[in-house]
Amino acid sequence: MWSFFHKLGSPPWLYRISGSILRWLLPLAVLGLVVGVLWGLLYTAPDFRQGNSYRIMYIHVPAAVVALAGYYVMAIAGAINLIWRMKIADVAMLAAAPVGAALTFVALVTGAIWGKPTWGTWWVWDARITSMLILLFLYLGVIALYEAYDNKTAASRACAVLALVGTVNIPIIYKSVDWWYSLHQPASIKFTGGSTIDPSMLYPLLLCIVSFYALFTCALLANMRVAILDRERRTGWVQRLVEEGG
Amino acid sequence: MGAFLSVLFRRQLALGLRRPAQLLNPLLFFALVVTLFPLGLGPSTDTLSAFAPGILWIVALLANMLGVDSLFRSDFDDGSLDQLLLAEQPLYLLVFPYLLVHWLLSGVILAVVSPLFALMLSLPGEGMLVLTVTLLLGSGVMSVLGAVGAALTVGLRRGGMLIALLVAPFYVPVLIFGSAAVRAAVSGLDALPYVALLGAMLSFALALGPLAVSAGLRISADT
Repeated sequence: MWSFFHKLGSPPWLYRISGSILRWLLPLAVLGLVVGVLWGLLYTAPDFRQGNSYRIMYIHVPAAVVALAGYYVMAIAGAINLIWRMKIADVAMLAAAPVGAALTFVALVTGAIWGKPTWGTWWVWDARITSMLILLFLYLGVIALYEAYDNKTAASRACAVLALVGTVNIPIIYKSVDWWYSLHQPASIKFTGGSTIDPSMLYPLLLCIVSFYALFTCALLANMRVAILDRERRTGWVQRLVEEGG
Repeated sequence: MGAFLSVLFRRQLALGLRRPAQLLNPLLFFALVVTLFPLGLGPSTDTLSAFAPGILWIVALLANMLGVDSLFRSDFDDGSLDQLLLAEQPLYLLVFPYLLVHWLLSGVILAVVSPLFALMLSLPGEGMLVLTVTLLLGSGVMSVLGAVGAALTVGLRRGGMLIALLVAPFYVPVLIFGSAAVRAAVSGLDALPYVALLGAMLSFALALGPLAVSAGLRISADT
């Protein structure tokens, strides 16, 4: 158990192990996504009210789910960094921020594309859309704070504090936006409830969600590998790696 | 402990009161931005009174956001912040005088004079009291959350714009409930639930906020 933790703190070990994880996880994630999307696009029935436009959910829903989970990955890694000063956690936190921001952006854009034919407008100040937009700002705030610091050790700790404050606030923000929406205007637009989805549509969706998680992990590991190499560029093992051409 | 806190409180208060211009700046900002809205939206009383709760709350939020940047700045620059970090009293408690004075000198003053600006935007009379009360509570929450941003950016030379990016998302619930309370009061509904929610947010922020503020100050002092 403890030796595992010590190994986790060792950049060369993490660099090697993440390389071998990526080698099988990345093809698997891409395969899962291709199968899931093709399944969803070609082999499921069109929705009886939304027609074919609902099919964007096979990208939209996984992106939104993983974007939210990504924030918690970032915050937990930040907490580990603050408490145990573990270098790898700090690398993981900073690697998660751009990936999470990108996924949030994908969720917003696909939502807008879906909204145009369905609601007749690109943008609605709906509770969920608004809280996703605020999530994007939270991600961008963490990235902006990191970029503003010259001392990168302090920067990652400051970002960890900010991410943790965000974690406490996300439920409050989400709830308040929810209430704001419901008291602001009558619900002219209703999301179809999650449980009313037909199993034939659910299975490809689940496959897509799992693939997005795997893809997120791949992007996280790939980002971490680059950051590790950058930080350790003056050490012997990185120089040996370069000489070997690996 | 209590003596130490009261010394700190009186020091902060004296520092704030000795610069009347800095006290008046947020008010002037408030008045100016309120003036901009009729110029942008048109002078029609109906439009203005419909938008008044939102306008007043957004302007109060902006005034707080712009002012909170300087909360720890001068103490950071002259080294007294380092002394504070070295003090044997817990930093968690030492943060409170800063928050209290900032709230008194920005939020409370703004809340007290807000009915005047509300009058200029022809907010119906029923909303006045609720506006003042929610601004009193809400500016407390904003002072705490803004202090987190100020603590994290005090070591940076170019903090101004950044702090707005960091704290604006956290201000969202305050804005929602604050302006909703005023709107409810104007339309004759019970505003008390919103006021209670703002009170709950204030106590939550007061309990947890100083933790983040002191963590942020320690990080900033390291740089």
